[in-house]
Amino acid sequence: MSGIWTLTSVAEAGVSESGPVAEAVTLRANIMEMTQAAEEAVLAPADCGAWPADLRAALAARIARLNGEEQVAQRYAARQQGQEYAALADPSEDGTSLGLLSVVSFMDAVASTPRDIAAEDISALLTAGIADADIVRLCELNAFLAYQLRLIAGLRLMTEAAA
Amino acid sequence: MSRIIHKFTRNVPDWQPRVTPVKLDEATPEQLEALQVTPSNTKVSDYVLTLAHDVESLKVRSPLFNGIMYDKGGLSRAEREIGALGASIVNRCIYCAAVHASRHAQLTKDTTVTDELFARGEEADLGPRDRAIFDFARKLSAAPSEAGPEDMAALKAAGLDEAEVLDLILSTALFGWANRLMHVLGDPVRKEVTA
Repeated sequence: MSGIWTLTSVAEAGVSESGPVAEAVTLRANIMEMTQAAEEAVLAPADCGAWPADLRAALAARIARLNGEEQVAQRYAARQQGQEYAALADPSEDGTSLGLLSVVSFMDAVASTPRDIAAEDISALLTAGIADADIVRLCELNAFLAYQLRLIAGLRLMTEAAA
Repeated sequence: MSRIIHKFTRNVPDWQPRVTPVKLDEATPEQLEALQVTPSNTKVSDYVLTLAHDVESLKVRSPLFNGIMYDKGGLSRAEREIGALGASIVNRCIYCAAVHASRHAQLTKDTTVTDELFARGEEADLGPRDRAIFDFARKLSAAPSEAGPEDMAALKAAGLDEAEVLDLILSTALFGWANRLMHVLGDPVRKEVTA
């Protein structure tokens, strides 16, 4: 249990062992541990499919920035080993130069306005030659980030309210 | 005529994938394990077969989902469903909204709260505790930065303690995840009527 204070969701929210929210987080320590396992499964899976870990980290940093989470963005970006995809962490870069325009615009839309996603958005990815499994991988990455960024924001509000 | 459903309902529809799910007879041993397929259990939904394309995520997902929605202590199960529902309404995930509205109705033995939410959305006439819970879920779902200190204060004023607030954050955030799979990867469709 002592390990939960350094997990992404806990540390980025400013929750500490001696702080006000510690008791509630300790009650849900198993959830915090499983959340970290899910982070590893989308950012550094054994089978990356078409999306290498560096691309995943850059996209994660980008989506954190789209949600106004600069510090979390830096944490995700720091997972990159090389610079190949680093530019994508900047939301103003559209991915064209890397041949990833359709992927990047899909990820931005799912992150910010999922309600507007339609069947055509998926068929466009299939038409662009992206495999079914790789579409699911993109969605899992995006979906997990939506969860983690909201968990962090919520925990931070709890911490601030108790301060 | 299209079978795709566009209106919120408590009648749980079928789900039609927009990508081709994993075929059970072509699944890898790791996929079969994550799908928990055994000789006596070979029924797997198209949704889970779709998620089996990313088997590492699928494996960690089920225990996390169950923990957040069902673990003992903290927020009541019905109120966790309002967190799930707030997210699903914001993200217009018709399928998730149907599942979790029907669970809420079963748990509370009452349909008035979910009738109100489906009919009037954020204008719904709710009791003060449900109001605070739904408003927080709705804002956190729209964008993490939309929920603010005043929403946290409203939860406290409505009587939620810290463990309950954390469970609400978790169930709401979890459906930011679920909606981005269910609503993005498939369509809610009317069940085929077999004569």
